[in-house]
Amino acid sequence: MDLNFSQEEIAFRDEVRSFLDTRLPRHLADKVREGAHLTKADMQEWHAILQQRGWLASHWPKEWGGPGWTPIEKFLFENECAQAYAPRPVPFGTHMLGPALIKYGTEEQKRRWLPRMLDGSDWWCQGYSEPGAGSDLAALTTSAVRRTDERGECYVVNGQKIWTTLAQHANMIFCLVRTDPQAKKQEGISFLLVDMKTSGVEVRPIITLDGAHDVNEVFFTDVRVPAENLVGMENKGWDCAKYLLTFERTDIAGVGQSVAALSRLRQLAGTVHRGGRPLLQDPLFAARLARVEIELENMKTTNLRVLASAARGAAPGVETSILKIRGTEIRQEITSLNRRAMGVYARPLPEASPGDGQSPGLSAPQGAASAAAQYFNQRKLSIFGGSNEIQKNIIAKMMMGR
Amino acid sequence: MNFEQSSEHKMLADSLDRFLSENYSFETRMSIVQRGDGFSLDIWTKLVEIGALAALFPEEAGGFGGRGFDIATVFESLGRKLVVEPIMGTMMVGRAIEAVKNEAHRSLLASLMEGDLIAALAHDEPGEPVAPQQVTVSAEHSADGWLIQGRKAVVPYAAVANVLLVSAMTLDGVALILVPSNSPGLSTLPYSVIDGGCAADVIFDRVVVPRDALLAGPGLADSLLEQIQGLGLVALCAEALGAMDVAIRDTIQYLQTRRQFGTELSNFQALQHRVADLVIEIEQVRSAVINAAASLDQLRIPRERALSSAKFTVGRVGARVAEECIQLHGGIGMSWELPLAHYAKRLVMIDHQHGDQDFHLARFMALNGAESACLSRCSRRGRE
Repeated sequence: MDLNFSQEEIAFRDEVRSFLDTRLPRHLADKVREGAHLTKADMQEWHAILQQRGWLASHWPKEWGGPGWTPIEKFLFENECAQAYAPRPVPFGTHMLGPALIKYGTEEQKRRWLPRMLDGSDWWCQGYSEPGAGSDLAALTTSAVRRTDERGECYVVNGQKIWTTLAQHANMIFCLVRTDPQAKKQEGISFLLVDMKTSGVEVRPIITLDGAHDVNEVFFTDVRVPAENLVGMENKGWDCAKYLLTFERTDIAGVGQSVAALSRLRQLAGTVHRGGRPLLQDPLFAARLARVEIELENMKTTNLRVLASAARGAAPGVETSILKIRGTEIRQEITSLNRRAMGVYARPLPEASPGDGQSPGLSAPQGAASAAAQYFNQRKLSIFGGSNEIQKNIIAKMMMGR
Repeated sequence: MNFEQSSEHKMLADSLDRFLSENYSFETRMSIVQRGDGFSLDIWTKLVEIGALAALFPEEAGGFGGRGFDIATVFESLGRKLVVEPIMGTMMVGRAIEAVKNEAHRSLLASLMEGDLIAALAHDEPGEPVAPQQVTVSAEHSADGWLIQGRKAVVPYAAVANVLLVSAMTLDGVALILVPSNSPGLSTLPYSVIDGGCAADVIFDRVVVPRDALLAGPGLADSLLEQIQGLGLVALCAEALGAMDVAIRDTIQYLQTRRQFGTELSNFQALQHRVADLVIEIEQVRSAVINAAASLDQLRIPRERALSSAKFTVGRVGARVAEECIQLHGGIGMSWELPLAHYAKRLVMIDHQHGDQDFHLARFMALNGAESACLSRCSRRGRE
């Protein structure tokens, strides 16, 4: 048993740290720390900085322009980034589709799409969920019918996707579509790349309860997609989709985010007052904080155990689901404590909250403006990416069979 | 023993519910909260007309109720529709005036009860909820009356209120002072709140009010403040109960219609159990609200224990109901379009008004301590 990182790993971590010290723009880190909304330009700026260092496609092998990191190096990188309040790269292109293309794509597809992810030419979004296919993703009904027209072989896509994150910025979407309505659920699904400028694609915003616009509906009406945009074999898209979903296992627990959020919360609780003393000295609040700290300490090691086994090449089992469930519970609890710490100042709305510059002299604690909105927004963590209920089904099925 | 609502309370609830279902649809409510002042004068006037305010005052003051169960009945109905209009603030201030029975403020009370004027309790301050001895807004005698300085935080509808009841520290302790909102030196910084409606920070910059603006001086103000905050706690807890009833109803309906994996979600045992847990919690809240409403007629310690235990229960369960109902809905539970999301926000934010669950848990423990100290004193005396 050795809980320490090796010399090389520590040297790597220090290299990441000094990169972040010098290259992470202050205005981006400030926004992330405050939970402020990142614009498309903000995200593009950070992507370009990472790409310049060769670290944008952190999951890719060297051959295609990635750093070729081990799972432990990926973890160290993500962890350091989170603790420095770096924006999380938008995952759909480089973190999700990229690895899937590298595994399932043709040479032609890899050469065409991978460089465009790196240089920011394409902004990808993910077309998985549908109104009738959420947790039961394989029930999806968006159809793609293959045919030949004057321009060649193509698919014609009809249907609707929902909860499509940042589709309003995207020019490309990768979709799961049904190509064989006769086949059993998982077997008639294919994986298609769709140019969102094609006629028949329409994006409509969904505003979430915190007033934010992060997710969308995407409608497809007789959308023509060249057949060369099929990834993998027709009717075998489910393998590709599953592969891409399990790829996030080094980061799914969000340990780095939790460590950063907790240290910020601790700082806040030391400065705001409740009942005539710092909130940190309130025994009930301190106990809440201690509970989540303990849970996070345990989670750190659980996460490292999973990493170590991934590094040995072991196939993922229940642990991805464990990390997802408990990791999101911890993150949600921290946002809940952060909201609680704001006291009466949790209620004023983000754009209107006093104390954030617009109204000098007002005494809302730092970050009060977005604490409640963040808390409500982060309810999504236990819903998306396979809801926590679905993750529990996976654990139960693996442990007890059925 | 009888836990049936009295026929008067049934009628009150029925007429409020009927009025709100005809005049306060979800769409109406959303358009009201999105405008600048965050409330509808028209709705306010009609609510007063049908007696929503009079039900909160005793007969001596021209009302027809004012007891704990009257307040609970009204606010449970308001909670079911997420009504934002400033009834609670007007009730607390009006009841404070009514309790003091000072001739100088009689016409103000009449105007409040007529709905011609709106009032707000300005007590919370930045970072310091509720304990009277921690009030930092100051009031000192001046040649013309009282000179008030300082700042109050997140006062509901302070910007539309005509009069504020301000807790302020004098040399001799905390006092309650009635301050017209158009007093020179008084300014408000209004904003919308995340759960719908408006609030404001209030700044007192050398505000001077006449001597008779003092409603309750040191010695009296502490207990008066506690008394009207008690009414506010019953109101908030009942409002939360109304909102919880709607949240669970909507969630059950959704689970019964939403199909995944070839069947309605309501057929999954894991989800059935979660609904069952929420039903248990909400029934406990219903009892807590009954305890709190009944406690208003009791002596201080049992009363305040019941109020704090109700607010603690509502704070804890409110967040749980909000989080679980969103989760049971899945993605759609997070969308602005769905009423549920707004019920969830209100339920969570009620824990940020008049002391959160931690505050009331600590207060409950302190009250227990005070009671057992008193009991042991009494039993010692008995033995002597």
